[in-house]
Amino acid sequence: MINLIQTLIDALALGSLYALAALGIGLLFGILRLINFSYGDLITLGAYALIVPSADAVANMFIGNWPAALMIVAVCLIVVIAALLSDALVFSHIRRAEPSTLMIASFAVSYVIQNGILMVYGARPKSANLWSDLSYQITFGELHIPLLQIVTIAATLVLMAGLTLLLKRTSLGIQMRAAAEDFKMARYLGVRGNMVIGLAFALSGVLAAVAALLLLTQTGSLSQTMGTPLMLFAFIATVVGGMGSLLGAAAGGFAVAFASVFLQAYLPEEFRPFRDSFVFAIVILMLLFRPSGLIPTKALVERV
Amino acid sequence: MIETPSGRLLRGLLPPVLVMLGVAILTVIAVQLGGDDLSLTITETLIRLTVVVGLSIFVGNSGIVSFGHIGFMCIGAYVAAWATCNPMWKQLMLTGLPTMLQENQYPFLVAVAGGGILAAFVGLILGAAILRLSGIAASIATFAFLAIVNNVYSNWDTVTAATSSIIGIPVEVDPYMALAFALCAIAIAFWFKDTRMGLMLRASRDDGVAARASGVSILKVRLVAFVLSAFVVGVGGTLWAQFLGVLTVDMFYLPMTFMTLAMLIVGGMGSVTGAVVGTIAVTVFVQLFRAMEGGVTVGATTFALPQGTQEIALGIAMALILIFLPAGLTRSRELRLRRQRAATGDTGLGAPASLGS
Repeated sequence: MINLIQTLIDALALGSLYALAALGIGLLFGILRLINFSYGDLITLGAYALIVPSADAVANMFIGNWPAALMIVAVCLIVVIAALLSDALVFSHIRRAEPSTLMIASFAVSYVIQNGILMVYGARPKSANLWSDLSYQITFGELHIPLLQIVTIAATLVLMAGLTLLLKRTSLGIQMRAAAEDFKMARYLGVRGNMVIGLAFALSGVLAAVAALLLLTQTGSLSQTMGTPLMLFAFIATVVGGMGSLLGAAAGGFAVAFASVFLQAYLPEEFRPFRDSFVFAIVILMLLFRPSGLIPTKALVERV
Repeated sequence: MIETPSGRLLRGLLPPVLVMLGVAILTVIAVQLGGDDLSLTITETLIRLTVVVGLSIFVGNSGIVSFGHIGFMCIGAYVAAWATCNPMWKQLMLTGLPTMLQENQYPFLVAVAGGGILAAFVGLILGAAILRLSGIAASIATFAFLAIVNNVYSNWDTVTAATSSIIGIPVEVDPYMALAFALCAIAIAFWFKDTRMGLMLRASRDDGVAARASGVSILKVRLVAFVLSAFVVGVGGTLWAQFLGVLTVDMFYLPMTFMTLAMLIVGGMGSVTGAVVGTIAVTVFVQLFRAMEGGVTVGATTFALPQGTQEIALGIAMALILIFLPAGLTRSRELRLRRQRAATGDTGLGAPASLGS
């Protein structure tokens, strides 16, 4: 029983992180049909933004030493600017291209950011301690819960609540939802396309920045591919949840995390190393048997 | 212009012959002029060319971008390693291999054929499952396949040595050997394009509904192209293994996928000529930047670009191509003489359908 609860909490924490990242990818796919591979590199960028730019083997905190609130704002700002730049320089010029072309373009953006980071910070992974207090474990009877897991879940809840409020209560948010549902029609009805797209990139940047901070706290090390696995799982989560649906992206994040945590816990020993393969296979099965995902959007039928 | 049957045959044969001749002449000149370093680069480029042309057999004709073909390359490469490594080493490290593979060492061509066949077989199973998906969904599924191959090969320690490198694969591939395979790949790609299957597949790419209404079984024609393409890419993988002599799983993941897709897109993914031109153009581009990173001496001073410029420049170049030349340098047309283009009226219709809006 304790085991099960422990596993559940692990899954919830992992799911929160996946859901955060998946929302960032889902936002852009809903509006632009862009599967943004460079999203993982935005996460990496957010983590590297904390340290002094240099190729030294030791990471010296720069922004990372600022007070928490200021640091979070600064990192968000940096990642948002990078996200907006990627749109202005690349994606805004190929709005009408096919989704696969957009995906390749995001590959190119990812390649540039990743190698840019490599150039400035050097190729060696660096260890960096951020909020190491959060590794403290709270004990309830036999249950051990790292503080970080609680913070991750809380941060996700706060961001999701904020995002929901923004999307449901503000005019811009309603325009965004309309655009995600049917971009062309929304524009006919007076939604400013570029405004909405800009907002979507900015929001995805904020989500990437928060994911970066949580990821760095968890792993304690920086490398120029650190964001890629998270992006892959987030991407899968959006497919599982239903591409283009934000609720779906969040649900997909939790679904993928639960699948991988429970596979890890209950797969026979010899299959455990292949856990991720099972998760990826779920995606192929989802595409084949329930292409609209767990939570379909109306406009999706023609999309995928 | 009045067409005679022999004229038509000649016109059909001209583009492949010209492209193959071009590749062969470039190779010979480069090998004769360059030193050992250059001959390694040339071999590597020709193997990549085999892979890119193999990829274009599926992507170019079906219009579906595959992110998974490097998985086939990985499968082929490991077959080559299993077949050709020293039996003593295999019995020590790869204890999960079938005894037949563990105890014997097979010749080069057997390894090549084996790699191609296993890749084609996996392609058959995968393709039968996912090719009824359309457009981006199929692309996502191929991506998931790449991730699965990477995960399985990085963890299956008794068969693939997991993430440690496989060493001691006999090095057999030199520039002319690689050239022979690249030419075969080009010939296969041109041949497939004009077979009944190839034509039906391109019809289904340009207008799926009309093709289906005319009796084209889209799944079947896609599957044929997918399997053939997996075979060629798998063969490319075996060459790669027997060129480097060392294998790790991580060679066959996102960077390689990016590089091959970049080559295909830069050249123009709708044509075989595009695959060839793209591979050569990207290689020359990368080599130029690599040389500049090493330093260029002008007068008394040496200018050197910082390390990493090459990758960043390639990313930027690729984005520029996608923005300004979405059908690639060749506009996805095949090489042909000017007079003939007017005669056939082929305007490379494939390009807008597969790349544009």
